[in-house]
Amino acid sequence: MSDASSLSTPAAERKRVINASLTLGGAVGITALSFGLAAVSAGASVWQACALSFFTFTGASQFSAMSVVGAGGSMGAAFGGAALLAVRNFVYGVALAGRVANDGQGRKLPLLQRLVAAQFVIDETTAMTTAESTPRLARTAFWVTALSLFVTWNLGTLIGALAGSFLDTQVFGFDAAFPAAFTAMLAPHLRTQRGKMAAITGAVVVVALTPFVPVGIPILVAVVGVMFGVRR
Amino acid sequence: MISATVDGIALSNGQLWVLVIVLSATAYALKVLGFVVVGGRTMPPLVDRCLALIPASLLAALVAKDTFTSAQEFVVDARAIGLAVALVAVWRRAPFIVVVVAAMAATALVRALA
Repeated sequence: MSDASSLSTPAAERKRVINASLTLGGAVGITALSFGLAAVSAGASVWQACALSFFTFTGASQFSAMSVVGAGGSMGAAFGGAALLAVRNFVYGVALAGRVANDGQGRKLPLLQRLVAAQFVIDETTAMTTAESTPRLARTAFWVTALSLFVTWNLGTLIGALAGSFLDTQVFGFDAAFPAAFTAMLAPHLRTQRGKMAAITGAVVVVALTPFVPVGIPILVAVVGVMFGVRR
Repeated sequence: MISATVDGIALSNGQLWVLVIVLSATAYALKVLGFVVVGGRTMPPLVDRCLALIPASLLAALVAKDTFTSAQEFVVDARAIGLAVALVAVWRRAPFIVVVVAAMAATALVRALA
């Protein structure tokens, strides 16, 4: 495009949004590799890891479910923690509806299209969409991020899971991928006082309860950390 | 194929599929509830704040569980070194994959030396 040199033209702006969204997709594909590896090391099959990435399509919940399964937790405990983490997608959905669920002229998109878009309401699409100031660029950011992430997340999971099923997961320290991934996801929350309180309480609850209740249950109780965070 | 971890009681293949399906349905239902059903309405600030803090508590809880527990026991082992490395990497604002690979490498190295 001839006007790409000027950053303020609509075409250049659009190009900037598309580039940023595609770059994010690449980074997320690498994360997916570690999910595939970790899921297989926790006892899931390659197809189960892939099904999680395709249908659940929300990283923190997927990691959480596999982490509890790997530790020997029950199905209920694995589900509970993962479902609680998925609640934030509800919050994102409420925030994104006004930006993405209409066609720019205030008309709502057809229901089928909104139901498809809903699957892509996750951390990354929310961040990219809410970062744009115009509705047009916000919609571009949402859809390009959604599609590039969906492709790289599923491809990365498949490759990671296949690799994991051929390698000795203990020797390579793949189980250490779980706490490391959670630490990386936790980092932004530690920048606020409330987030810090909630995090510390959550971690203390787990360590304190582990000897006394079944595996995975301390994770569910840890949400009381929210109470300590909110009071501050 | 179940290749359960050292101390866990592994779920059966069927149970794992049930988990995959139920979790996928729940995650999608939550997305639809926010995006399609509730839509652009604003929520009470207290509810907003509570919802925003859930990941902070849960992720920290998962870090603690994956690093310091094994089945129902409190354990400090090679994984603690992995976590320390991950924390330094996060503090230096390293990209996600660097955090994960560095932690895995440190854990594997400590195990190899032990």
